[in-house]
Amino acid sequence: MCAPTVFSLIVINKAGGLIYQREFQPGLRKLSTNDYLVLAGTFHGVHAITRTITPKLPLAPPSSSPAVSSPGNTAPATSGYSYPNPGVPTSGLEFLETDKFRLTCFQTLTGTKFLLFTDPLTGSVDTVMNKIYELYADYVMKNPFYQLEMPVRCEAFDRHLGAWLRGRT
Amino acid sequence: MAAPPRHVSMLSISNSNAGTPQSASSDKPQTPQPPSTPQQASGLRVPSNRKTIYDRHLNRSRNAELSRASFAYLFAEMVTYAQRRVTGIQDLEKRLNEQGYPLGLRLLDLLFYRSTSTSSSALSSSSTSSSPPNRPLRILPLLHLIHGPLWRLLFQRSADALEHSVSPDTPNEYMITDNDPLVNTYISVPREMNMLNCAAYIAGVIEGVCDGCGFEAKVSAHNQPTEMWPSRTVFLLRFGDSVMEREKVLERAGIK
Repeated sequence: MCAPTVFSLIVINKAGGLIYQREFQPGLRKLSTNDYLVLAGTFHGVHAITRTITPKLPLAPPSSSPAVSSPGNTAPATSGYSYPNPGVPTSGLEFLETDKFRLTCFQTLTGTKFLLFTDPLTGSVDTVMNKIYELYADYVMKNPFYQLEMPVRCEAFDRHLGAWLRGRT
Repeated sequence: MAAPPRHVSMLSISNSNAGTPQSASSDKPQTPQPPSTPQQASGLRVPSNRKTIYDRHLNRSRNAELSRASFAYLFAEMVTYAQRRVTGIQDLEKRLNEQGYPLGLRLLDLLFYRSTSTSSSALSSSSTSSSPPNRPLRILPLLHLIHGPLWRLLFQRSADALEHSVSPDTPNEYMITDNDPLVNTYISVPREMNMLNCAAYIAGVIEGVCDGCGFEAKVSAHNQPTEMWPSRTVFLLRFGDSVMEREKVLERAGIK
């Protein structure tokens, strides 16, 4: 019911390189390996751009001058704007929706990006994304034969990912 | 005038920026030492209540559990460490085996201690006077000890199968099967090394247990994947000739 159909998964390392790519549905139009590499690199750049163009809100002018004491005197003059949620760091692009698919991007704290292409109709991609992250942390990062930032070739990861997605959908 | 208080305040937080006070504290390096030395003494090896790991009761951690993730990371580092300065797969398995061997020797003592003394009243005097009752003398009790109690001590479950070699040429070969070895849970061996099985470490543990009991043996781990159990591992135990000879003598003498 609420489990979205997962079309494809892409993992991009923190330098913008493609390290994992897999399709889960038959009958998708195939991209060549080179196209996938270009897609990963392009998305990496677009993601960085979207992070910098996050709109800022102007700070309320009356509260700035009397409330803040000596160290704050210079601060409001230079940064008169702040992000909508000051505590939350800017994340960049998170969703991209078309009428054919929905792209969800999840970036870990270390800069690895998981791109998930799903059916646009259904919701709750979060559980799928969390599980994929968990499997990645287990079967890729705990594997002594995996070299960081290199393409993921872990048979146990493939197996568990496939089994879990098949069990859900 | 302004310098000393800033200096003191930096010394008080010397843990966070250790580099700065060292360069600045040329005039008084002695002042931070007296409070810091007793803190260093209460480290991992000597806790604050002066009870080391040797002072604790051996059954204290009997039912304690260990985080699987931390073990996975530790074991991954052990494999990475063994992989350095190594030429081939055989060499790597040998190194893992050697890492497990001393653990097996020591685990054996712990296993006997825990299986004999059910209550906590077992003192050192009583254990020296009374002979340990359950040291295996024949091969089969030893294998059952490995298959059952040892596996439960290590993995909280028994091993999945125990077999004797069917070939008449190799009566000294026994096989213990584990369908899903804990050490291989998160490990995917790359295709070019597909003969490698990191459970060679467990094979080393078994070898240590056998040697500790006085059964000279060579143990190796082999992949035998099935559809349902992709990381199924068979531990092949090859007992030495002296063990087989003694086995015949004991069989004639009727010792179980």
